Amino acid sequence: MTVGLFIPCYIDQFYPNAAIATLTLLKKLGVDVVYPTKQTCCGQPMANSGFEHLTQGCNDLFIENFSEFDYVVSPSGSCVLHIKDHLHAEKAEDKALGIRKKIYELTEFLTDVLKVEKLTASFPHKVGVHQSCHGQRGLMLAQMTELVEAPFSKPLHLLNMVQGLELIDLKRPDECCGFGGTFCVAEEAVSVKMGKDRVADHLNGGAEYITAADMSCLMHMEGILRRQNSNVKVIHIAEILNAQEF
Amino acid sequence: MSTGAKDHAQLSDIFNKDEARVDWHDETLWFVRAKRDKAAHSLPEWETLRETASQIKDNVLSNLHEYLLQFEANAEKNGIKVHWAANGEEHNKIVHSILKENGVNRIVKSKSMLTEECHLNDYLHKNDIEVIDTDLGERIVQLAEEPPSHIVLPCIHKKKEEIGELFHKHLGTLEGASDPVYLTAAARDHLREKFITRKAAITGVNFAVAETGEFVVCTNEGNADMGAHLADVHIACMGIEKLLPLRKHLSVFLRILTRSATGQPITTYSSHFKKPRPGQTMHIVLVDNGRTTQLGRKDFRNSLKCIRCAACMNTCPVYRRSGGHSYHTAIAGPIGSILAPNLDMKNYADLPFASTLCGSCSNVCPVKINIHEQLYKWRQVIVKEGYADPKKALAMKAMDFTLSNPTIYKFAGKAGRFVLKHAPFTVNNKLNLWYKHREMPEPPKQSFGEWYKQNNKND
Repeated sequence: MTVGLFIPCYIDQFYPNAAIATLTLLKKLGVDVVYPTKQTCCGQPMANSGFEHLTQGCNDLFIENFSEFDYVVSPSGSCVLHIKDHLHAEKAEDKALGIRKKIYELTEFLTDVLKVEKLTASFPHKVGVHQSCHGQRGLMLAQMTELVEAPFSKPLHLLNMVQGLELIDLKRPDECCGFGGTFCVAEEAVSVKMGKDRVADHLNGGAEYITAADMSCLMHMEGILRRQNSNVKVIHIAEILNAQEF
Repeated sequence: MSTGAKDHAQLSDIFNKDEARVDWHDETLWFVRAKRDKAAHSLPEWETLRETASQIKDNVLSNLHEYLLQFEANAEKNGIKVHWAANGEEHNKIVHSILKENGVNRIVKSKSMLTEECHLNDYLHKNDIEVIDTDLGERIVQLAEEPPSHIVLPCIHKKKEEIGELFHKHLGTLEGASDPVYLTAAARDHLREKFITRKAAITGVNFAVAETGEFVVCTNEGNADMGAHLADVHIACMGIEKLLPLRKHLSVFLRILTRSATGQPITTYSSHFKKPRPGQTMHIVLVDNGRTTQLGRKDFRNSLKCIRCAACMNTCPVYRRSGGHSYHTAIAGPIGSILAPNLDMKNYADLPFASTLCGSCSNVCPVKINIHEQLYKWRQVIVKEGYADPKKALAMKAMDFTLSNPTIYKFAGKAGRFVLKHAPFTVNNKLNLWYKHREMPEPPKQSFGEWYKQNNKND
């Protein structure tokens, strides 16, 4: 099994540690991982702004980079959801459909494909888990509080395997952080207020770290935490699952 | 209800100037969402009910023509006069002409979002007819000369102290009084007089049954009943999508409506109106007002399944922090944002963008409207129809240019990180909306791509 590693543009540019942790973790679990170096972006920022018709360049590039792999894995629920829902190519629709079926967000790949039941990770800290909406409600990484269905959570299933990690309780376990792509600047006031409220919930719960399967939500909350001169840090879930802190 | 040139972002920016009030508004509506969750979770068959309701409504939309004719025939058989209105203006004219025929110039009206959508109050006011809204919340916003900010809780944006002031001014309650029991009693006295003296009453319609020609109005205050039963003329106004094929379908819809809306098992009053009592005349105005256009839009037709419960508003993190008025349309929130562009794409081009696409709205919707997916689709339509900000269009083209080419992307990324590191003042200023309340990410030494190249030379 060969996995193509898809690292979203903003993780590549701003959060390389999340990408390095993803790669290291997959290798540690015995996966043959390849990072196609000509990749850029899934096209979501344009599509969510109403410019899906401008994403063909991104789509073609994505197909060129990833169609050969058995699986495509990415440490971002939001970007994965975009590809799953919207990857098209008139000239190569079968390849596009193929990728849509074989692309996985990291925690769902670990849980559903690799069926990981044990990790040798240790992270002795109080951690708040932010359920990123696209991962949770789009990819169904975890049960949603709105639905009357049995509970489950792929990220929590994995985090529970990490030694020393203490999960904190939140008042609103799956409320949006307000990042929302271009929403964060187009609707600046509401976006910031949503972010502040989400951060406050974690701070009240006593979190030392806020983690998520999506770096974009964390980037937003980090911006707010740092503006508040808070000591609380954000960390991508891959970095925790790969951590060796004792 | 349009607030001129201001869009959702600008209006919510104003709303957010008072953060304590935003917190209060958010908590108040979250409380309603929590009650809804409790009510839903008390029924193990909840998801089955949602699916059933969704399928019944799908059937209605696919056979609307037949059901409407069946309903009209049965209602007329029951002695109800049925009118058809193609749009809001026709609706208003029909209502006005019925009132004129009966020589009525003062009426009571129980809550009807349709009459808000058609701006009936304004129209009647211009024609010298006095309208008293009898739903308590509606009466409050009417006294304040504001539109409702929420379709179920019209004055949810007002604090009890503000209501006390309004009542002091208009109803003569004691200055500074804000006790809800006292204020409600005052409103009750005030409204009783109106109920007794007004000869015509307008109500909305929650459900109309094709099989029997009856309609059902759900209220907690009993004001629809009080108005309709005391008046000589009862006019019920309904959108054509309010139909249910069979009376037994009410057993699904009455169970989900109020649980979704307020977390109550059922409204205090679910009143069935089938025929006028002796001496009374009863009218139904069936209104299209863009609904058949929406029915013809493949991606958006199922927005017509909406039963106006407002669960999507209560759960929406954006609605809770921007207030209903920021949507500058009769129906606010996520559902309003997919309904309004159908009526006026230019004026409401901002609304589908007033969302993070978090998807909570679709999950609480009792008739399973894929609201957040329709928000995404409206964005595409609005841009294609040319209603996007030209600056944004330019930025998107630049983004496409950068992201479609790996070499340019790598260069731009490096340049961006270089600027952030060495000339942060070019980014960290008031022109950058991100920076207003958030720090920029700290630029790392190298991108992952650069790191990978250095560490995986053999790959």
